[in-house]
Amino acid sequence: MANRPRVKWMAHLVLIVCSVVFIGPFLWMVSTSLKTETAIFPKPGHPPQWIPRTDLRDEAGRRQIVYQGRDGVELGHDEDGRSLIEVGGEQQAVWPEDIEVRQRVGFHWENYVDAFNRMNFIQNLRNTLFICFSCVIGTVISSALVAYSFARIPWKGRNIAFICVLATMMLPYQVTLIPLFAVYSKLGWVGTFKPLIFPTFLGVPFYIFLLRQFFMGIPQDLSAAARIDGCNEFSIFWRVILPLSKPALATTALFTFLFEWGDFLNPLVYLQDDRQYTLAIALQSFQSQHESAWGPLMAMSTVITIPIIIAFFLTQKTFIQGITLTGIKG
Amino acid sequence: MTRMERRDLRNGLLFALPYIAGFLFFVLYPLCASVYYSLCDYNVIRPPVFVGLDNFRELLDDPLFAKSLWNTLFFTGLSVPLSLAFSIGLAVLLNQKIRAMSVYRTVFFLPTIVPIVASSVLWLWVLNPDNGLVNSLLRQIPFMADRCPGWLADANWSKPSLVIMSLWAVGGAMVIFLAGLADIPDSLYEVADIDGAGRWAKFRHVTLPMLTPTILFNLVMGLIGAFQYFTQVYVMTGGKGGPLDSTMLYALYLYRNSFHYLRMGYASAMAWLLFLVILAATLLVMVSSKRWVHYHGE
Repeated sequence: MANRPRVKWMAHLVLIVCSVVFIGPFLWMVSTSLKTETAIFPKPGHPPQWIPRTDLRDEAGRRQIVYQGRDGVELGHDEDGRSLIEVGGEQQAVWPEDIEVRQRVGFHWENYVDAFNRMNFIQNLRNTLFICFSCVIGTVISSALVAYSFARIPWKGRNIAFICVLATMMLPYQVTLIPLFAVYSKLGWVGTFKPLIFPTFLGVPFYIFLLRQFFMGIPQDLSAAARIDGCNEFSIFWRVILPLSKPALATTALFTFLFEWGDFLNPLVYLQDDRQYTLAIALQSFQSQHESAWGPLMAMSTVITIPIIIAFFLTQKTFIQGITLTGIKG
Repeated sequence: MTRMERRDLRNGLLFALPYIAGFLFFVLYPLCASVYYSLCDYNVIRPPVFVGLDNFRELLDDPLFAKSLWNTLFFTGLSVPLSLAFSIGLAVLLNQKIRAMSVYRTVFFLPTIVPIVASSVLWLWVLNPDNGLVNSLLRQIPFMADRCPGWLADANWSKPSLVIMSLWAVGGAMVIFLAGLADIPDSLYEVADIDGAGRWAKFRHVTLPMLTPTILFNLVMGLIGAFQYFTQVYVMTGGKGGPLDSTMLYALYLYRNSFHYLRMGYASAMAWLLFLVILAATLLVMVSSKRWVHYHGE
């Protein structure tokens, strides 16, 4: 399209406004998590405070204030809720609204401590990591095997089987959820991690599809050459195809990890005891018990979100490739 | 069958074995069981009792079922088209060989990777009627001070709130549109330039038609996702679908029936109806797509 500078300038303007709107909630989350209770719930009419602030205090720990343009300190409160202040050597009682507390930029980490103490954080993290890594192993191995079958072995009936894979992706999870729950409860697996991990070892349609697309792009000559060298099907898969497919395998591992890290419905259905909870479930359960503890809640949300954002920045290329691979060639 | 064909068949089946087992266990069996359960009274603890079409008959008289269906159609009808328009808009803006394009792309994509529980709790706070970010900012506008919406606490605003939240997560669709835009050959725009087409004409007659296969993909994905929208409403309403059942979406009501009231048969009937609705919507889109989707080279 045309590259006139005015048009580009307009585009930047729109994009910057959109960026602010998209990033705003994140900054608000982090900002809230580092504020005190009084700053989270300010008096009506105050503009939102973006940068957490902390009260300035003198050596004796008293808050420094300004009253009618003069500096002073706050000594305490009387029984009517008024502040006792000392300004210019004189003590007096005034309403808190009339004084201005001197503040500087400062972060309050209490919300994080509070959240860690109120939930079983280390245990929840360990559960989440265990489930994530198990599912990554299961998904990568099983989906790569199945995808290889669909992409590289011309067996009779594979097209019908592949259509089945695509059809399962359309199937709403609600249809299979109840019978599976019934099976798992008969097996005594409800209340364990097994219903969350076991299915990934039997091939995950989305990644079978993704890996198949990738495997199809590898030249057939490589397989033929390996076969002449005496490789059987499995060693072609293992020694030729897999080493060439590292980007697609990395995408699969990454997406699986992220999905399991944030998965909600399955842990909600199958985990029953808070010692088994994943971080996502623990956060929801914490939220439902402490509905207006916004400081600790935002601290917890930040803790769950930050590793994901870091992982994203480390693997951005893998990410974008994976999305376009499934989206476009579909 | 030659020896090679037999070898391929054996190897093919061996490699596909995990999925064949998975298909039998996770798809075929549950599908059949689910049909049967939908015709039964079933609470997991006691064996199912066959009741014929009673569950479906009861659904017709269940006001909350009707309400949840309406809520879901309302949400889908609003969020899917708006998300499509918004993600196309962002992608087209980003596609102009613009400086810092990858920075913008990252910014728009970030919300989609945040765990949904975290983003739901976050939006609950952002839309908090008293101290949330949105209302704190709105109150700074003089005449808005007393007219701030109650967002998720107000039955009239709760569904629009969900839509706003879903718009925050258009980054995934946007990245797919960006890839679709990159596939449009420059020569088409050059021809349009020779014909003297303006920016709008080029968008309307080149970009949009060439993007229709991608639109179809995102539309179908969007529909399937919106009909099953669950985690956000569960987290933001404590699983209750309030206020006044205004956010009782279909998937949430289904979940409540199965795991709160243990009405697994009733919930299975709901699940099948949902499947049929999704299937019908997808088919409708697919059939209609013959009229509006242009494939390259046609």
